[in-house]
Amino acid sequence: MLRIRAAAAAIALGLVGPALADTIHVGITISTTGPAASLGVPQRNTIALLPKEIAGQAVEYTVLDDGADSTRAVANMRKLLEEGKADIILGTSTTPASLAMINVAAEAKVAMVSMSASASIIAPMDAAKRWVFKVPQNDSLMADAIAAHMAAAGVKSVGFIGFNDAYGDGWWKEFSRAAGEKNIAIVANERFARPDTSVTGQVLKLVAAKPDAVLIAGSGTPAALPQKTLHERGYAGKYYQTHGVANNDFLRVGGKDVEGTILPAGPILVAAQLPDSNPIKAKALEYVALYDAANGAGSVSTFGGHAYDAATLFAAAVPAALKQGKPGSAEFRAGLRDGMEAQKNLVMTHGIATMSAEDHNGFDTRARVMVTIQNGAWKLLP
Amino acid sequence: MDSTILLILLQDGAVNGAIYALLALSLVLVFAVTRVIYVAQGEFVAYGALTYAALDGGQLPGSVWLLCGLGVAAFIAGLWQGRGQTDAGLLLRLGLETVLLPGAVALLAIWLAPLKPGMLVEVALTLAIVTPMSPLLYRIAFQPLADAPVLVLLIAAVALHLALTGLGLVFFGPEGFRAPAFSEAILTVGPLTIPGQALWIGGLTLALMVALFGFFGRTLTGKALRATAVNRLGARLVGIPTERAGLIAFALAGFIGALSGVLIVPLTTVYYDSGFMIGLRGFTAAIIGGLGSYPGAVLAAVLVGVAESFSSFWASAFKEVIVFTAIIPVLLWRSLRHGSTEEEE
Repeated sequence: MLRIRAAAAAIALGLVGPALADTIHVGITISTTGPAASLGVPQRNTIALLPKEIAGQAVEYTVLDDGADSTRAVANMRKLLEEGKADIILGTSTTPASLAMINVAAEAKVAMVSMSASASIIAPMDAAKRWVFKVPQNDSLMADAIAAHMAAAGVKSVGFIGFNDAYGDGWWKEFSRAAGEKNIAIVANERFARPDTSVTGQVLKLVAAKPDAVLIAGSGTPAALPQKTLHERGYAGKYYQTHGVANNDFLRVGGKDVEGTILPAGPILVAAQLPDSNPIKAKALEYVALYDAANGAGSVSTFGGHAYDAATLFAAAVPAALKQGKPGSAEFRAGLRDGMEAQKNLVMTHGIATMSAEDHNGFDTRARVMVTIQNGAWKLLP
Repeated sequence: MDSTILLILLQDGAVNGAIYALLALSLVLVFAVTRVIYVAQGEFVAYGALTYAALDGGQLPGSVWLLCGLGVAAFIAGLWQGRGQTDAGLLLRLGLETVLLPGAVALLAIWLAPLKPGMLVEVALTLAIVTPMSPLLYRIAFQPLADAPVLVLLIAAVALHLALTGLGLVFFGPEGFRAPAFSEAILTVGPLTIPGQALWIGGLTLALMVALFGFFGRTLTGKALRATAVNRLGARLVGIPTERAGLIAFALAGFIGALSGVLIVPLTTVYYDSGFMIGLRGFTAAIIGGLGSYPGAVLAAVLVGVAESFSSFWASAFKEVIVFTAIIPVLLWRSLRHGSTEEEE
């Protein structure tokens, strides 16, 4: 039994197989189970599509699941570093777990590329966060886009309803700032939980405040519930959602109640509708085609795109890092970090990144588009 | 707050409370008969909801395979427990209940699922798929522990909950599902608009309570269950098969859980892990009701539902805190009134 378990562990850690001296080991921890599974599952599927060779070097990917649990994420990371000899860490899917991983990255002097949203993972820059990169857009970028769209559409007052967790609170902070800058009044601030079966109480309060628009700050399909309840209660104003809902399951669950919703999203969501002149279009369509071919048509989600972007960023840094040292050496690992920081105008599925010593996200306004839902499909707004 | 909002909140609370009441009832029942605090009850809500949603979409739900797997596991567990046992009748019965029945349900589901046979058949099929899982789990996890202390049973129940949540992710995937309501009709009473689904929930809850009342008061099986609940050893002495009673209690709990799931999936999006929080509220209600009284549990469940809807109106960020904190004063009051009692071993 023990031997079987040891063998299973060895396979899981990628120790079995042709152990080339120059293989680049990529350690990945993502949340394929637990509350963030809808982010982690497409990310895991994406990892399976990544190239097995970069710049002439074999690449080995080892994926572990952390169940969106900070403790497990850190344990996974140590395992990947010590037993898997990881040269770089990709992950994880959620903000709290990513934050917990930062110090481990700095301690081991191995770069990590987070796939979670909060800007707090990479800012303010310090000695530990030097080793940390982040591929999803900052919430502030998205919050500014929503506030700007509201101001242009003549919205004067907004009701806010968000998750009662880090996601909702982060959005509340960013959006109240962005709304303040545009002189939009926030007339209600409500919270709901992901597994709630009813949000009638919160919705009654929102409706009573009579806002011009409602912003729902939730991720994935649970964010459809407040919108459905608002419809039932006859709320006739504008609906805004965040980019957390940008997957096709939201359309399926929301049905006709989410028609006309406006949200900011990464360009990949409407890749086919982008103008040909946009360099993101080709990159995003390449990923969509790859993913759909492996997992069935229409199965792609923007969250998987973050994993693809993390791999793109890493791959772009490999040639420069190889000049510094062989895979497995401290020089190579530092070279990966420096290589990623030196990227300029790197095209990814979610945007175009220009990194700097101060900014390890590197996205600008090209990394978001405003979309609406029309006839059960995402539609790019001009 | 005006009277309209008050009424809407009361209605919302009552509808949620009805679901909690069903779960609280089955928790009390299972605890009384087997001394198991059935933490995994909520999973049956999620399984019922997701199975129904999959059937509604014309797909074969993953829970069918889970049912078959559990059946085989229960068969092996039964053979192991009954080793040395050569009674052909007992073996036949074991095979019938653990292999043939799930197999037949699975074949039926494979045949019916792509046909989209309509709501009534889909509901019946959902109940047929999910309900047997509960007694099968009893055979696998609890029957070998039937004489263990309550704490051991509780730990086994927690383990079962964790295992079922994980299996739920495997069989249903991470995304949530909704299903259409039983009836799209809307009843308008003064300022209130009552959706048809709410009436269905209220009606079915009442009907189920009446049926349970009749079952326990009028039928021999029901009386045997009550006898087991009152005194396990005494029941065995007068010839009541207490293990059979445990199986029936678990089957009822599975049935009620699956039915609750079918009832709520048109109202909200259900995920593979949604069941736990719903079950926990049912548990809160059962505790407030004293974990021994059926009317007490029902009343407490409605109170929990109403408290939840009012706290979501006044202080939505603290809703969970308010609902679950309600349990503390009740426990204090109960322990002050009764003093501490040593658990019988």
